[in-house]
Formats: sequence, C-alpha cells, structure tokens
Amino acid sequence: MSINRILFWFTLAVLALTAPFMVYPVFLMKALCFALFAAAFNLLLGYAGLLSFGHAAFLGTAAYLTGYTVKDWGLTPELGILLGTVAAGALGFVFGALAIRRQGIYFAMITLALSQMIFFLAVQMPFTGGEDGLQAVPRGYLFGFIDLNDNLSMYYFVLTIFVLGVGLIYRTVHSPFGQVLTAIKENEPRAISLGYQVDRYKLLAFVLSAALAGLAGATKTLVLQLASLSDVHWHMSGEVVLMTLLGGMGTQAGPLVGAVLVVGLQNYLADLGSWVTIITGGIFVTCVLLFRRGIVGELRALWKRSF
Amino acid sequence: MKKRALVMAAALAWSGASFAQEVSDDVVKIAVLTDMSGTYSDLSGQGGVVAAEMAIADFGGKVLGKKIELISADHQNKADVAATKAREWFDAEKVDMIAGLVTSSVALAVQEVGKQKNRMTIVSGAGSSRITGEDCAPTGLHWTYDTYALAVGTGNAVVKEGGDTWFFLTADYAFGQSLENDVSNVVKAKGGKVLGSVRHPFPASDFSSYLLQAQASGAKVIGLANAGNDTMNAIKQANEFGIIDAGQQMAGLLVFITDVHSLGLETAKGLLLTTGFYWDFDDQNREWSKRFFEKHKAMPTMVHAGVYSSVLHYLKGIEKAGTDAADKVVVEMRNMPVDDFFGRGGKLREDGRMVHDMYLAEVKKPADSKSDWDYYNIKQVIPGDEAYRPMDKGGCPLVKK
Amino acid sequence: MDIFSIPSQVWFGQLLIGLINGAFYAVLSLGLALIFGLLNIINFAHGAQYMMGAFLAWIGLTYLGINYWVALVLVPIVVGITGVIIERTMLKHLYKMDHLYGLLLTFGLALVIEGLFRHFYGVSGQPYSIPDSLKGGTNLGFMFLPNYRAWVVVASLVVCFFTWYMIERTRIGAYLRAGTENPELCQAFGINVPLMITLAYGYGVALAAFAGVLAAPIFQVQPLMGSNLIIVVFAVVVIGGMGSIMGAIATGLALGIVEGLTKVIYPPASSTIIFMIMVVVLLIRPAGLFGREQ
Repeated sequence: MSINRILFWFTLAVLALTAPFMVYPVFLMKALCFALFAAAFNLLLGYAGLLSFGHAAFLGTAAYLTGYTVKDWGLTPELGILLGTVAAGALGFVFGALAIRRQGIYFAMITLALSQMIFFLAVQMPFTGGEDGLQAVPRGYLFGFIDLNDNLSMYYFVLTIFVLGVGLIYRTVHSPFGQVLTAIKENEPRAISLGYQVDRYKLLAFVLSAALAGLAGATKTLVLQLASLSDVHWHMSGEVVLMTLLGGMGTQAGPLVGAVLVVGLQNYLADLGSWVTIITGGIFVTCVLLFRRGIVGELRALWKRSF
Repeated sequence: MKKRALVMAAALAWSGASFAQEVSDDVVKIAVLTDMSGTYSDLSGQGGVVAAEMAIADFGGKVLGKKIELISADHQNKADVAATKAREWFDAEKVDMIAGLVTSSVALAVQEVGKQKNRMTIVSGAGSSRITGEDCAPTGLHWTYDTYALAVGTGNAVVKEGGDTWFFLTADYAFGQSLENDVSNVVKAKGGKVLGSVRHPFPASDFSSYLLQAQASGAKVIGLANAGNDTMNAIKQANEFGIIDAGQQMAGLLVFITDVHSLGLETAKGLLLTTGFYWDFDDQNREWSKRFFEKHKAMPTMVHAGVYSSVLHYLKGIEKAGTDAADKVVVEMRNMPVDDFFGRGGKLREDGRMVHDMYLAEVKKPADSKSDWDYYNIKQVIPGDEAYRPMDKGGCPLVKK
Repeated sequence: MDIFSIPSQVWFGQLLIGLINGAFYAVLSLGLALIFGLLNIINFAHGAQYMMGAFLAWIGLTYLGINYWVALVLVPIVVGITGVIIERTMLKHLYKMDHLYGLLLTFGLALVIEGLFRHFYGVSGQPYSIPDSLKGGTNLGFMFLPNYRAWVVVASLVVCFFTWYMIERTRIGAYLRAGTENPELCQAFGINVPLMITLAYGYGVALAAFAGVLAAPIFQVQPLMGSNLIIVVFAVVVIGGMGSIMGAIATGLALGIVEGLTKVIYPPASSTIIFMIMVVVLLIRPAGLFGREQ
C-alpha cells in the first residue's frame, strides 16, 4: 500500500470518527443508513447488472420487523437488527428466485410487482400501524449495557454496522464470486458456456443485496425510532436508483456519495418546498444526459485523463 | 411543621430556579413543520407559515423582552424526514416549539421526539385521535380537530335530520377506519343502521364501482371516510352517476374549505361536513380571515386558523410562565382559556386535546353564494364537550383515573 | 341469480364500469407500448403527460375559453409537440444505450413536470365540468350510465383502433416498423427514419394527453393525477407484452374489468391485483400475453 493510500484511509477514518462533532449526528446516521442501502443496491445493479425496482421491500420489511420486535417483544437492538436483516435476506431469496429467471426490464417489473405486494401487506397488517406508522421504537441498550439513546454511542454503532456492511460488499466484489458476477453482466451467454451456473450466482447476489438493504432499514428504524409506509413505497425504490446513478453505479464510492447528497438535499432544501421535487428531477435528467458515469465515475475519468 | 417548612422551601427554590432560567438562548424559536409540496400543501403549507407570522406579529414580536423567531420546513409527508428535522431543530437549533404537522405518521413521530426532548409540539393538521389517546405526550398538544370530533359532529347531525341508514366509502387506512368506526357508533347509538361499507385503496381515482355499491345498498346517507382528492373524486363522480339527484345524501367526514373551493359549488352543493372554523362565521372571524387573505390570496382553512391560535396561545403561556421551558409553559396554557376567535374560550386538557366548538356546515348552492369563498351555511354549533372524545375514553396514560 | 351474494344486476354494472376504466388503460398503455416498441424507451413521463393533457384542457377553458371539443383535438397536438421537443433534445441521445437510461431520464422529467404544475397551481385540483351536450345519462335498467362515460368508451376504442390500423395495416406503419428494425437499411431506401421516430414519440405522448382530456371531467384535475396511474399502466403494458400494440389494447380492457370485479369482491386488493396478475403472467409467459419471445 502506497503512502498516499495510507494517508487517504487515515484521513477518511479520522473524518468518520470526528464527523458527529461537526455535523448533526442524527443526520449523519440517516445518511450512513441510506449509503449502505445504496451500496447494497449497487452490488446488484453495478456489478451484476440487475436493475431491481423493488428494493424498498427489503428496506421496509426489515424496518418494520426490527421496529416491532424491539418495541413489542423487547428484543435487544443487536438481535432486532439481526432478525430484520435475516428476514430481508429470506424475502430476497423468494423475490430473487422468481425474478432472476427474467431479464432487463422484465426483471425490474417483477421486482416492482412483488414489492407492491409487500406494500399492500404493510398497509393491511395491524402491527405496522398503517399510515400512522410504527412509532416510538426504543433504541435500547446495545449488548445490554451501552445506552443507545445517546446520539454519540448510537453514531458509532451505526458507523460500525456501515463499515462492516460496505466492507462485506467490497470483499464480495473483489472475490472470485464478484468476478463471475461481472462476467455475467458483461456477457451472460459466454458465462454460461464457460460452465457457470449463472442463476445461482445471480440469486446469491440478490439475497446478499436484499439482506444488506434490510440491514440498512433495520438500523434506520433504530436511529429514527420509527418505520413508516414511505419505507416500502415504490418511491423509495426509485430514490435508491437515483442515489446510485447520481453517485456513479459500478463504483464503490459512488452510491455512498449519491446517498449522502440525496439525503442532504431532502434535509437541507426542505424549506424550499415544492422546488425539492423539481430540483431532484432536474438532477436525474442532467445525470442521464451529461454525467452518465455519475459524480464519482466522472471524477475518476477526469483523474485518469489528467494524470 | 418542620416537614411542611421544608416542602415550602423546596417549592420556593424550585420556582425560583424556574424563573432564573427564563428564556433559553435569549430567543423563543418557533418552527412550522408542514406539507409544503404534497397533497396537503393547500390546506396547510405556506399558509400555515403566514398564520404563524401573523400570530407573532399580533402578539407584538417579543415575549418576556426576547425576540421571537420563526422558521419553517417541508416534511414531505414522510415520517423519517420529519423526525430527523425535528431532532435537529430541538438538538442543534434550539427550537422551542413545532407547529403545523399534517399527516398522522408525521405528527406522531414528531410528538414522540418532543416528548423525549421535553419540547412543545402542537399538531394542527393531522387528525388521528391517537395523538391524544394511547400515544399522548405531556408536551404534545392537538389543536384544530380530530377524527373523533368530525365523526361525531357529522354523524349526530345527519341522523338527527333523518339520515338513519348509512353506507361508507372508507379509505383502507387507519384514519379512514377510525372515522368509519366512530361514525358507526354514533349512528347506532342514535338508533340508525349501517348497511355496509367498502374499503378502497388509498389513493384511488375511480369511485364509480364503489358508488354503485353504495347506491345498491339503498342507504340514505353515503359517508365518505376518506380525505383530499379521494373525497373530491367521490363527490364529483356521485354527481356524474346521478346519485345525488336520486336522493342519496353525501356526508364528508374530512373536508376542508380548499377542497370545496376546488370542487366548485355546482358539484359540492348540499354536502354536509364538520369543521373547526369557518371564515365567514362572524365579524371576529371575518376580520382575521381578511387580513390572512391579503397575505395568502386564499381564505384560511381550519388548519391555518388553528396554527394561528396555537402559536398565540403558546406565546401567552410563555409570558404567564415567565420561561420557555415546555413543562412549565404547558401548565400555564392549560390554566387559561384559549381566548381568540378560534378557541372562543376553549380549554386545554391533560391529554393535550384543545377542546373548542365545532361547526356543522352545509355547502351552499351556487345561487346562494354571494361572493368568492362564500361556501358554507353553518347549521349548528357543536359545543366542544359534545364534539370531543371524553378524556377517560382515549386511553391516554397521562390521565389519572 | 346471486354470485357472492351480490345480485347479477350489480355484476352487469360493475362489468361495464370496469370496461370504462379499461378503455382509459387501453389508450394510455397503447401510447406507452407504441413508444417502447418503436423507440425502445420506457416512457416514465407518460403519467405526467396525461396530467398535462387534463391541465391544459382546464387552462384552455379557464383562461382562453377553449371548449371541451376543441381541447380534445388541440391539447393532444400541443402536448405532442412538447413530446417532439423532448425527443429531439434529449431522448435521441439515448437510443443506443440500455433501456435503463431512458427510464431514468423520463422519470426525472416526470418529477420536473409534476413539480412545476404543483408549484404554480397547487395540489387541490381544479374543477372541469362535463360538456353540456354529454350531461345526463341513460338508465340501462341495471344501472344509470352517464352519457359522458359512454362517450369515453367510444372515443377510446375509436382512437385505439385507428392507431392499430395505422401501424399494422398502412404503408406508413410498415415504414415505421421497418425503420425500428433496421434503421440503416431504411435510411438507404430514402426513408427519413429519425423524423419518423420523432413523430412516433410525439404521437404516443399525444395519446396520453388525449386520455388526459377525456379524464378531466371525471377526475379532479390535479398535478399528481398521473403519478400513481403510471405504475398500473406499466403493469398493463408488461402483461400485454412490451411493444405489442394489440396486446396493450386488449390487456388494458381486460385488466380494467378484472380490477372492477376486484372492487366488488375484495376492494382493498383492487390496486394490487394487477401486480399479482403480472407476476403470474411473466412467470408463465415471459414476454407477456401478446409479446413475442426474442
């Protein structure tokens, strides 16, 4: 590892650890959750070439289950999050098994349709609280003794989850498994003829992506102490596409940058009222027309050209 | 004797401390958090900010010699956006009170944050009676209306006029269902009958199928347990299918004057509804509403008037308490009647409910409307105690049994 | 005869209502399928363009005194022209790329269009009344059929048939289909392929606006009226088979009826039933009911 790299990672680590003293921690935690969500989504879109239009289902399912079990069964936060993540992964298995048999736009549509059913369930089931949402979820004590009601300890807990999640994605992408995924994305028939069981790879990627999206949703529920219908709405599935595209799909850092920007836009432009949607839409259009590689992708290209 | 002296001393020290604290950060900061861009932005939105500005100006711009500041933001009807914003406002920006709050998920989430941080939240936009029921908070107030009051107001009045058989079009959501339940109870208690109901997805746009079912039921009254565009589309299509001409009466359970404005009187005429405020009710209301109209270019909804009243009363509470500490202000707010054109002597209960008169209105025929926004005939004033749910029935844990 | 303890009279009424809604779906999904089939673009802005149709009809009536019948012709042309501009300035750069980009671009456009209307006209919606000549209705015995609804069905079916005939049975249609399959060859034969593609997008958008004008007197005219509809119409197109003209029309009508019946049997599921059908159809027939496997 070169000196430059070490320096880079060191700065990043210092920034991450000191950030809550400079920026409002709850905002940071929310941004981290969405960054993990976008990174999980990018694993599927950027590396396996599968556009899911139903990722809100995983985020939302985990959010509701974690919220419910922590609030009503009194589970500890770590167990609640684990349960939410596993459930999202299991749901991902079902969705994946049905959807990966189709490609392109049909894949996107099946995932959308399935997630609409999850939305329907979220409206119907009594424990979700319908449009009132699942409210007042206690943050509780991590491992029974770390008080998460303190924003700072909650932040470091979320940061840890985030680093583990993104680390897992990084490992996956750079493993032989990740190489095969990219090969499938680039030329599926070739991968098949090389003897890879393409469907199995896709399914595994899908389950992993769903579980990590669930992890993000479960953590978000604890941070904000609520789960609501907007977590399972198809707008949420669209938002994660925006984050990934804006940051740069198929890059490691892209979705993270995109997520922070979108969450920041929502939070800090909130006093602009109806202009928020117009600006968001404008960004979409500009991205597609001018910066198809996203912010991180374009920067990288610029870097390569200049040096 | 000694013990009593001790208690006295402690009480004195305590109240002394509270006076010493006075206004935190030397400014009273009020925030309007509302829907600025979504479905409810016309009935609340920028108008809510205008109403809050007016309240601050009418109060004199200062309280206890300190400046009053107003900020606002769009909660986009997303509970997580609202909760993040509220936390940030309370923690980092020293906001003392949040007003507005339109959807129930948003209101419940923000009220919960306020409860944890011991800051005031006053809901004027959302209707869920959970806000002062099982989820009530010591510093969370519910000002303008709730689903229970609307249901009881309209239900009672309609049955009294002979509308004793009902069919509901209900939004398949918690608020729709609670509206339906509350009205059904009233109707049954008065000897009426509920012939059936359909639960439609939310939002829906075509209601003709449901309307045909309502028509086939033969009920005298079709209760619309939904809101906003759903209600408007249902009314519009009921006209189209000749249901109203055939003699069935429509009762809107949650209708705002902006809804009637956008439907037009030709379509909305004859609709019965309950509201917490009507601008043309008397001189007092007209005076304020005309001032509001000059700034906002639309007449105020009950939500706008509620925001004004809640901010004004909050400031009065601070003045009386001599501090902006929420737990003390709320006590003073409770101790005095809400005396403005909106509250009209209304009182604030322990569970956070502001009890004030409600109004049963009938939408005028186009021929009877003399000017723009001249929409309602107020048929009946429903005293607050009859309109709102008795405190012991709400299940609020703060209420001592 | 009673089914599910509901008299058969009611069933007739519900079938008819379903058919009326199906006619809307048919016109909307026809436009969407046309655009997909000829441009390979998934037009997410379709709902916003439908809304524009309704809104322009209202604006025309309120500010310019343009009546319903004129609006029915004029508005689709105006909105179609905005479509042409969008195609010329933006979409044409995307044809060689993944479907995803077209979808994202039009999704962004939808947000911008809806946001602008919301900013200037608010959200409560505007009243647009039924034209005098179509007021009232006919009592069919089992239900009261408003004349306007009857007109909607007739107008939609005529437009659908006209479009289908143009594309599948005329020379222009043949050029168009050839142009999308092999642009270079067509160009070599002297056909202006880019122009035809542009016009095709404009026409698809005009269809959405036409549906919007038809809808104005039935639904509140408001900026978000298309945003939930679009997802359903998507499902219709996918079930019918992306790009299949006949498929879009037939599926639109059929699903309108299925949805209508669900509204009687189990209303809460009526917004979800179409997605359930979609999953089942795609698992059995991957290319949709009328689509051809590639």
